[in-house]
Amino acid sequence: MAQIFSRSANVHAKVIIVGFVLLVCGAGWVTSAVFWSPYTTYVDVPLNQPVPFSHKHHVGDDGIDCRYCHTSVEKSSFAGIPSTQICMTCHSQLWTEAPLLQPVRASLANNRPLCWNRVNDLPDFVYFNHSIHISKGVGCSTCHGELDRMPLTWRTQTLYMKWCLECHRAPQNHLRPQSEIYNLHWQPPPDQATQGLRLAHQNQVDLSGRLTNCSTCHR
Amino acid sequence: MNNPQPKYWRSLEELAATPQFESWLHREFPRGASEWSDALHRRDFLRLMGASLALAGLGACTKQRIEKIVPYVNQPEEVVPGKPIYFASATSFGGYGQGIVVTSNEGRPTKIEGNRDHPASLGATTVWAQADLLDLYDPDRAKIITQGSAGGTWGGFLDQLNAALSGQAANLGAGIRLLTQTVTSPTLATQVREFGRKFPRANWHQWDALPRDTTAGENLYDFAKAKVIVALDSDFLYLHPAALRHARDFAAGRRVEAAKGAAMSRFYAAEPTPTITGSNADHRLPVAARDIANIALALAALVGVEGAGADVPPSANEWVWAAAQDLRANPGAGIVLAGETQPPEVHAVVAKINASLGNTAVTITSCASAALHPVEPTRSLRKLIDDMRGGAVDLLLILGGNPVYDAPVDFDFAGALQKVKLRVHHGLRVNETSRLCHWQIPATHFLESWSDLRAVDGTATIVQPLIEPLYDGVSRHELLDAFVRQPPRSAFEIVQATWKQESGSAVFEKEWRKILSDGAAPWRAGGESPNPAPSSAATRAAPRGGLEIIFRADPNMLDGRYANNAWLQELPHPFSKITWDNAALVSPALAGRERLENGDYIELSYRGRKLGAPVWILPGQAENTITLHLGYGRQEAGRVGTNKGYNACRLRTSEALWHDSGLTIRKLPRREKFATTQNHFTIEGRDMYRAGTLAEFIRHPRFAAEMREVPKEDETLYNPEEFKKRGYAWAMAIDLNTCIGCNACTIACQAENNIPVVGKAQVIAGREMHWIRIDTYHTESPDNPRFHHQPVPCMHCQDAPCELVCPVAATVTDDEGLNLQVYNRCVGTRYCSNNCPYKVRRFNFLEYNGALSPSEKLVKNPDVTVRSRGVMEKCTYCLQRINSARIAAELERRKIRDGEITPACAQVCPAEAITFGDIHDPQSRVSGLKRSPLNYGMLAELNTRPRTSYFAKLRNPNEAMKS
Repeated sequence: MAQIFSRSANVHAKVIIVGFVLLVCGAGWVTSAVFWSPYTTYVDVPLNQPVPFSHKHHVGDDGIDCRYCHTSVEKSSFAGIPSTQICMTCHSQLWTEAPLLQPVRASLANNRPLCWNRVNDLPDFVYFNHSIHISKGVGCSTCHGELDRMPLTWRTQTLYMKWCLECHRAPQNHLRPQSEIYNLHWQPPPDQATQGLRLAHQNQVDLSGRLTNCSTCHR
Repeated sequence: MNNPQPKYWRSLEELAATPQFESWLHREFPRGASEWSDALHRRDFLRLMGASLALAGLGACTKQRIEKIVPYVNQPEEVVPGKPIYFASATSFGGYGQGIVVTSNEGRPTKIEGNRDHPASLGATTVWAQADLLDLYDPDRAKIITQGSAGGTWGGFLDQLNAALSGQAANLGAGIRLLTQTVTSPTLATQVREFGRKFPRANWHQWDALPRDTTAGENLYDFAKAKVIVALDSDFLYLHPAALRHARDFAAGRRVEAAKGAAMSRFYAAEPTPTITGSNADHRLPVAARDIANIALALAALVGVEGAGADVPPSANEWVWAAAQDLRANPGAGIVLAGETQPPEVHAVVAKINASLGNTAVTITSCASAALHPVEPTRSLRKLIDDMRGGAVDLLLILGGNPVYDAPVDFDFAGALQKVKLRVHHGLRVNETSRLCHWQIPATHFLESWSDLRAVDGTATIVQPLIEPLYDGVSRHELLDAFVRQPPRSAFEIVQATWKQESGSAVFEKEWRKILSDGAAPWRAGGESPNPAPSSAATRAAPRGGLEIIFRADPNMLDGRYANNAWLQELPHPFSKITWDNAALVSPALAGRERLENGDYIELSYRGRKLGAPVWILPGQAENTITLHLGYGRQEAGRVGTNKGYNACRLRTSEALWHDSGLTIRKLPRREKFATTQNHFTIEGRDMYRAGTLAEFIRHPRFAAEMREVPKEDETLYNPEEFKKRGYAWAMAIDLNTCIGCNACTIACQAENNIPVVGKAQVIAGREMHWIRIDTYHTESPDNPRFHHQPVPCMHCQDAPCELVCPVAATVTDDEGLNLQVYNRCVGTRYCSNNCPYKVRRFNFLEYNGALSPSEKLVKNPDVTVRSRGVMEKCTYCLQRINSARIAAELERRKIRDGEITPACAQVCPAEAITFGDIHDPQSRVSGLKRSPLNYGMLAELNTRPRTSYFAKLRNPNEAMKS
């Protein structure tokens, strides 16, 4: 009986099988690489803004407190974006003629708000609350990074659920004393393991695992 | 163990066990509900599916878009972004005020709740107050001033108005007429008086399709004090400006938690058509509306009032006798009341009964009517019609209302209107009346402008705006002011001027702010004109043969003013559970005689007029009567309400606004397919409902709990310790005994939880989305059944059957016992819904939130995810409220207090039938309730361990009565 398959069929079959596996793995790798790349996550990608506002200048050089502009960070879910009026408390005196600030002056004059590009954005089915994180001892820089070194603002974390859960599983690793909340260069002390647990106890942080319940953030 | 339970049935089909019903029962959704019905071949469909799958896969690769974030230019001091602000205001029911507290999120009203400090609200709201919110954002609202079919301007209108008014100056305004609905607003009354001073010969007329003019003053009832209540054709728990207060007091008289010292009021109701009120009666008598007068007379004779008495139908004998016995046994602790649909003579008899029993001034107090210058509406309208026909009217201002649609048909309002030289209509929407007017002035919604209202008991509330007018609306105060002075003042100035005069205080500003924030204030200055004595509407036609025709306000649409409100259109009507339609309600006996089935069209012939209407056979309807609900058949309502149902006003004459004899019917060869939810989510052969009598309960307190054997805590394959964690354990108790079945929870949940409306075709397919439904069960014969209402939200089972079958863990129980639905995980297999024994899960078959207009998007609650297509959803116990209370508590380093969290359904409930709280706290109210012997878990025998539990319903029948 004659051979049905030629000798080269063996090679073809092996190449196809191996090639298919490689293709699937490769596609997976590419997808994952894109998923985690700054292209998708926007991590470390500065966004253009209608006014090139610099946290580096205002926080780093001038030493303005976070809460001067983000007024509701301690009492509401939303930290608050400063109203034009807040910008103008200083800029009605300083740099009153600066061309860069023209949109701010126009906003006040025409009663039209400034339209910023949102840097840190969660999906609409996630309900994050700033006030409770501040109250429990999570500082600004834990999520927002060293803002006083950002000329234009960028995202320092992916804000993916995996990243949220890292902290919700073990909050004690990220808690700091209330005096350090607004310190953008706070580093965990060598004994953070014990300090964190002490803070968690003091701030009544739930370590039972309830923080990883879906209902904590999704509703 | 198992007490013999009466058979509970939800529909006549179920009682008769028809094959159609059986086949419906065995399918979770009706046949074809999950299938695409378009003419698309399977192969084309698969091809498209393949393409969309590929595209969907690619779609997932798109990254998050950069969104805009927009701060204020000048942030108001009291605004904290992300935190709602609450304002006290008032909504109106038929012109009477009901206090509300409105939630505002960044300047956007998102929820209406009752005002605890307001005597006509007590913290609850009606279904209409909930739906008012959707009216604000209705894209069909009148947006611009229109002149004829063209756009107009306020300036242009004022020019024409001034020309007309200057022509009237010489004859003291003899050609000017003002037509309003019921007015309780002190400011409007002041303005009308001012208007009358400027134009002494002008006339003010009133027309309300649902008049309340049968008594001279206002009776205030205290149902909490009453031991015996006898209602004659009165829907005091639902269609009444004080219904919320009545329901609260009524529930107080019916609430039983322990067998020791258990007492309940006894409630007798006689009515022609089942109402929310009548369905709560211990003894309900279905009787024609024309027989009510004789029943009142017979009752009067039996309790010892001077008078002849009267013959009553044989079926009513026992009822009248028993009611009279109970009333005589409880002097000073009874209430007899008649509905506004009964003529003044009946009210006069009822007043005598109450007086002779010593109820007056004890359980019933009287006060002056809060409605100003009340005139008998049909008489007032008749005068206007005569003037219009005679050509005496040069300028007619219609301030709200829709007389072309709802005025008595014999008046031919539309025909008379054409004779008026200048016709101006002011209203929230373009309607049948405004189409025939020269000018249509868009009204501001009550959440957009200043006004004031008075409640039934006279309490006044300032209506304060929460949002700038969305469109070019003009307030009624501003419009009327333009008749008197120009330029007209703003609504704020007009309202404040009235209150300043009322106050007369030197510190008015401070007082004003307090009244605004309280939302209720006594009103010292009463109505200027004394109430005219009521008179019978018509020369009473001698009873003629034939059937009785009965007109009633629709339980959802009222007189049609809510016709374009999709929440109310999709709210199942009580008993029939019909959505999006009205039906001619007939009794089972009449249907049997005339061989009618549900959906058959009949031709109603009455006084020479004919109307075609589809039939619904309603158990409990009085035998030879047909009830027609007003409010449907609108020709110009908007895209939601136009051409829904039939227009009962086409048979309603000024001589018989509410009921009359002489109706004949003829079956037509046409059928209507109703979208009724009556049999949706029915469960075969399982007792969801438990009921008994007060006497049984006192004899055997644990009767309800022992009807079924419930597995013990440790009888489970799972870790029994799993839910014994510390922390909160949320649970709900629903008291079937106090629940009156008013539907308010359903619509409050819809408003709170961004629940979409799906439309009639989708309801027919079983796809309605309400998270809490009211099941209505009947027992005994269809001619005179007992009614049982049961609100059914998610049970939040601790051993939840839905969780076991979800392949992606999109439904899980959290540490506090909440059965969660995680939208972002859900892939839409619907296995959970299949496996849910309570059928409380709802699936987004289509993108119901996809086609919202920009204004409709504003109604959404920002704290709740808006679900999209392919996602399962269900009651969350208002998780957003739990979380917001938790964060508030944790910021203060304390536990959540009992009563701090109130889900939307519990908050709106006028009877306080729903209690929510933490069962790990033995002191909490809900823990106490769960210890009651009446408490039972629905289908707990399946070992689902529901966190929602029920109180068995108790009735308090008169043992001496056979039925």
